Amino acid sequence: MRALALAFLLFTALVAAGPAAAIIDPREMLPDPAQEERARAIGRELRCLVCQNQSIDDSNAGLARDLRRIVRERVAAGDSNAEVIAFVTARYGDYVRLTPPLSAKTVALWASPAVVLALGLAAVFAFYRRRVTIPAPPPLTEEERARLARLAAE
Amino acid sequence: MTRRQVMFALPALATLAAAGGFYAMLSGMRRGSFDPRGVPSALIGRPVPTFALDPLPNWNRPGLSSRDILEASAVRPVLVNFWASWCLPCLVEHPQLMRLAAEGVPVFGINYHTGTQTDPGATAWLRRHGDPFSRIGIDLTGRVAVDWGVYGVPETYAIDRRGIVRWRMAGPITPEIEAEQLRPLLARLA
Repeated sequence: MRALALAFLLFTALVAAGPAAAIIDPREMLPDPAQEERARAIGRELRCLVCQNQSIDDSNAGLARDLRRIVRERVAAGDSNAEVIAFVTARYGDYVRLTPPLSAKTVALWASPAVVLALGLAAVFAFYRRRVTIPAPPPLTEEERARLARLAAE
Repeated sequence: MTRRQVMFALPALATLAAAGGFYAMLSGMRRGSFDPRGVPSALIGRPVPTFALDPLPNWNRPGLSSRDILEASAVRPVLVNFWASWCLPCLVEHPQLMRLAAEGVPVFGINYHTGTQTDPGATAWLRRHGDPFSRIGIDLTGRVAVDWGVYGVPETYAIDRRGIVRWRMAGPITPEIEAEQLRPLLARLA
């Protein structure tokens, strides 16, 4: 029981420490904590194109560091979050955004959860309907009834 | 077709289609024309970004600016190549760049740095392997590379005679890419 409690404590400590583990050099940080917080929120939305499945906030790649610096320059210059993301998207395309915008090209991506759910529901519906429509076996004939009674008597 | 025939043909067709797709993907990867991690360039069809870069120190080539590119591209299409001496694929495409430069295609180089990685071996590399570039800019902060949308080296851009970026290759220009994509493109843009 004590071991379990210890494991739980360790787990919660790890989970709590998770978001703070982003690779940000203190020298990169903006002096204004509010601006730094915004820069991090933007950084979490931008893909590091070198590692591709990490945000620039989580990546140690040189390009991620360059982009973090540019994000901070834009934030310090007074750009809104959307303006900074537009600045980077103009250079690297929509793929750089970890939340892809809804457009003609991404509509299949955004619609896929609903489509898959609909297909699943349709499959379940079809399955149950087919089960119900299995015809009931025809009633026993006189001969069969007599045979069953004979067998039960033995 | 009966329902049974459809149920029989469907998996066979799906398997065939998948096989065709995988074949196209793998042969593209082997030829260098398909990169599964590739990201399309946002710069295609847009003008060359404005920049001015200093020359490589201790090397007899002038620096590079967007003005230089526009002046040269007014005469004939030019190539802009982001490169670094620590980049192995750059060595793979190097003979192709040397050949194109020898034929008179203007090839401009941008020596790529990131905030964490410098390139002290650049001049030694050029001395050892040859210099295909008529101008070389040194991008010490990686800032110009970001303006071009570069996410790794080598990357090569072709610029047409109106100063518009027409083509981008992320990764080495293999002999296949040179023959199948780059040369027809340069002939079209000339």
